Amino acid sequence: MCLGIPGRVLRWLDRSPLLACAEIEFGGITKRCHMACVPEAEPGDYVLVHAGLAITILDAVAAETTLATLDRATRDSNVTGDTSV
Amino acid sequence: MKYVDEYRDPIRLQQALADLRRRCSRRWVIMDVCGGQTHGLLRHGIEDAVSDVLELIHGPGCPVCVTPAEVIGDALHIARDPRVILATFGDMLRVPGPQGSLLQLRARGADVRTMLSPVDAVSWAIQHPDREVVLFAVGFETTAPATALAILQARELGVKNFSVLAHHVRVEPAMRAIASSPESRIQGFLAAGHVCTVTGYAGYEQLAQACRLPVVITGFEPLDLVEGLRACVESLERRDSSVVNPYARWARKEGNPAARQLIDRVFVTTTLPWRGMGRIIDGGLQLRGDFQDYDARMRFEVPPASLHCTEDACLSGEVLSGRLKPPECPLFGKACTPATPLGAPMVSFEGACAAYFHYGRTSETINA
Repeated sequence: MCLGIPGRVLRWLDRSPLLACAEIEFGGITKRCHMACVPEAEPGDYVLVHAGLAITILDAVAAETTLATLDRATRDSNVTGDTSV
Repeated sequence: MKYVDEYRDPIRLQQALADLRRRCSRRWVIMDVCGGQTHGLLRHGIEDAVSDVLELIHGPGCPVCVTPAEVIGDALHIARDPRVILATFGDMLRVPGPQGSLLQLRARGADVRTMLSPVDAVSWAIQHPDREVVLFAVGFETTAPATALAILQARELGVKNFSVLAHHVRVEPAMRAIASSPESRIQGFLAAGHVCTVTGYAGYEQLAQACRLPVVITGFEPLDLVEGLRACVESLERRDSSVVNPYARWARKEGNPAARQLIDRVFVTTTLPWRGMGRIIDGGLQLRGDFQDYDARMRFEVPPASLHCTEDACLSGEVLSGRLKPPECPLFGKACTPATPLGAPMVSFEGACAAYFHYGRTSETINA
């Protein structure tokens, strides 16, 4: 129940505050989801959907930064790894 | 899918695991708070890969598991009313209550339906004006906004045959209760990343300082989990008790103000019982006074909760607070299996007992 599923906003269906909803694509499957918590989302944005409600919008810059940090940490550690085991 | 596949890259995962192992100067004890994380750590072999350098304790972040049996009893009481359609999450149907489960009650004719979203229940109320639709809502701060939205929609649309039996809980007070226990061995937390998308993590800074342990906002994909562990180990090795957020692509410090506003419009913080863990101060949400009309307990005159508890033999409290690994329970895999659960952690996909059972962990393998 508490599993969040990322999806991509295809199009808005209703932008009124409490009834806001949009079509979201989840890896090829399209579902209608509630959007009251992400009124600023635009088609093409990725959102995280919990219990039918989008609760946050993806920060694409942060996503790339996390991967770069992970790769850098792994690389640095591999360089010095032999002495730190 | 983009932003998912990268975090499942098996080559990166192996490299990150090797890096994590190298960083551990001793065997640290870390609790992953969320059941989804527990499942991921077992499913992707991460726990096995680091078991000699890290002890992972699986926390109470499974909403089905922490819903008290008495609340299931309230749902059973309401669902027996022939006017009622009881709408709830699929996980809740098999949870043992004081007199059986909702699934057993449905087999005897009660109208119990599974929903994908709490808002579905409002649509059903509109479709069935001659019935009373009751939303049985549980969950953490991730699902509370959806319940709040359902109630606000019902009010906006003038839907009168809709009410809510709610038992929403708050994660941070439970983490604080666990870390503050004199028996706690936990040295660092992987906080539930999706809860933080709503709540933010300013509250965790106080927790980290007060309990002197690092808190890492952690996601659910395999690389998110290893990165969360790496950040936690890095802090532990530096003796640093701060909050780190490697899950910044989804979770921000301020959370989601619109989602928090939905919760605050409908609910107020309260002290609530957690199954197996007792009453946790500020550990839950209750309906605000101006939403009492939607309180199913009042509408259906639910009697005060009985102190009777059906799970004497179940050691879920020990499991949920990290004092016992599921296979160490004498009932695990014998009297208690996913097909015949005696306690809630064996019911839900997110429950620690079900995860250990599903991935073939036994007392022999965890102590090997």
